[in-house]
Amino acid sequence: MIPLTVICLYLVAIAIIGSFAFRRSQANTEDFFLANRGVGSMVFFLSLFATNMTAFAILGSSGQAYRQGIGIYGLMASSSCFLIPLTIFFIGTRLWAIGKRFGHQTQVAFFRDRWECDAIGTLIFVLTVVMLVPYMIISIMGGGRVLADISKDMVSYPLGCAIVALVVTVNVFFGGMRGTVWVNILQTSMFLIFGAIALAVISHNLPLGFGEYIHKIAANPKTKFLVTRERMSESYFWSYTFIPLSSIMFPHMAIMCFAARRVTAFKRTVVLYPLAIMAIWLPCIFLGVIGAFLKPGLAKPDGVLLVMLSDYAPPILAGILGAGIISAVMGSDTHQVLALSTMFTKDLFAHYGGKDKYGERGSVYFARAFILIVTVVAYIIALLTRETIFELAVRFAFSGFAAMGPVMIAALFWKRSTKYGALASTLWVAAWLVLTWYLQKISDVSAPKPGAPPFIIFPELANVGLGHLFERTSANVTVFGFLPVVPMVLGSAVCMIIFSLLTRPPTQPTIEKYFSKQTSETLSARTVSESKGIAVASNESAGMPRTPNASRGSGAV
Amino acid sequence: MKATFLTLLISAVYLVHQDCWNWKISDPLIFGFLPIGLAYHAGYSILCAILMAILVKFAWPSHLERAQDEPPPQNPPSNH
Repeated sequence: MIPLTVICLYLVAIAIIGSFAFRRSQANTEDFFLANRGVGSMVFFLSLFATNMTAFAILGSSGQAYRQGIGIYGLMASSSCFLIPLTIFFIGTRLWAIGKRFGHQTQVAFFRDRWECDAIGTLIFVLTVVMLVPYMIISIMGGGRVLADISKDMVSYPLGCAIVALVVTVNVFFGGMRGTVWVNILQTSMFLIFGAIALAVISHNLPLGFGEYIHKIAANPKTKFLVTRERMSESYFWSYTFIPLSSIMFPHMAIMCFAARRVTAFKRTVVLYPLAIMAIWLPCIFLGVIGAFLKPGLAKPDGVLLVMLSDYAPPILAGILGAGIISAVMGSDTHQVLALSTMFTKDLFAHYGGKDKYGERGSVYFARAFILIVTVVAYIIALLTRETIFELAVRFAFSGFAAMGPVMIAALFWKRSTKYGALASTLWVAAWLVLTWYLQKISDVSAPKPGAPPFIIFPELANVGLGHLFERTSANVTVFGFLPVVPMVLGSAVCMIIFSLLTRPPTQPTIEKYFSKQTSETLSARTVSESKGIAVASNESAGMPRTPNASRGSGAV
Repeated sequence: MKATFLTLLISAVYLVHQDCWNWKISDPLIFGFLPIGLAYHAGYSILCAILMAILVKFAWPSHLERAQDEPPPQNPPSNH
């Protein structure tokens, strides 16, 4: 009862913060979706981190460590420590500058303008939504599951899902980006200290020291794999280093990058990011391994931390730590809902004439209505569908977003990239998602048990020397022993290069808009003049045709 | 020269992620309880933070800071 009360107090606090944000809000999309691009440095770090980290960082990581051991840290956490801050540094800062100068609020808006093509933006929009929606639904499912587990089923799963969906909706509906980032301050602070507190409390209440448990695990041949990586193939481990490329391609992450007040906010963020990942993942994975020894045979390994908290922590602390877990669930879920709302409002409603017809205020009403509808639909789907379906979809989504990385990199850094290159890459990614889904489905029945050698999906391909092309491990389809993300990312890059070189580049004004320093300076001068109310007629004389967004800013980014 | 050095540094940090030498061992236990494979990657996380600090110091895209001084793209604001 005590843990549940603490969590309820926490949820009320979140709703109140959302309502305070509502009082500060303005009826325009720039404010609703991006908090007027005014998010300060420390808040930006806390909010971006909350956007990125889901309940998986706490529950999933410990559950995976329970099954596979310490290798999960190197597989998922330390590879993220390397690649996520790196992509924020190189891509996030450029996105911020482009948003600031040209007014883009979504990746799709940037792609459309960069490649002078509506259709490519719409195609990427569809693929993005298809990959993001399952992620949002599974967040609601995860929240409901956590509430039910923590309350020992005093809160039923449907009620838990409803509570999470309601709090998220209230927070986003009223507060928009401002409410979301304010709540993130509380949320990220809570789940950043979660791991250290859990480790200290559980350690204090265990009969033996951690070192003695690890010695026992290592000494037993049946459990030794938990403290080594002997059951993890090196190619699988290496393949996983591609997955964190997905992070910056998730729309809720990219949109967060547009919201920073100053680019210098990224400095602190990229340095702190690896340390924050370690602060959460290291204790959770370590406790997952200890849990595998202390609580063997759990039906739901993802609940191992909850079981250990329940057994080795006082109830009030278990409640606070439970609130930390809920924070991780809702921190990312609010951003996912907001990102979907931003995309539907800006990339569909506004882009196809809604804004012209109904104005800025109408766009915000549309966004709020969309938030209501999408969370209700997500809640209904969460109740009617099995969680495993979406777990699979989310796993594919990470590969899909990672494989869209070359599209973003080309858009930002390669002048010669074209819409046909982007189209080929996007179709490549979509085709691989379908193929992987199909291979996963047909191999489900014959999937080997954990630790057993992989199963060859098409043995007849051995006749042409391709026997190991598609194999099935206990959890994944592999391609010559690598995860599908490897051919997806490399193929996407190759498609972008080949098809761009074979087709006509974007027009010179567009290239100058995004890459030319001279254009940057001219545009800067014009922007300043316009802000003083001076009619500027020098556009054409500067050799630069007017583009729809050009008056908003400038620059080589 | 600086760009080459930083590229090599990033590549080196990426390469040392694949610590095949720790694959099948758990000893020594660092601080008496952390298996070497886990302690190595915890250290790797700190190395990544140091790498990012170096990039911020020596490869910061300062030209982007000009956008900070430009007026934000304004929508007509209207309070509730």
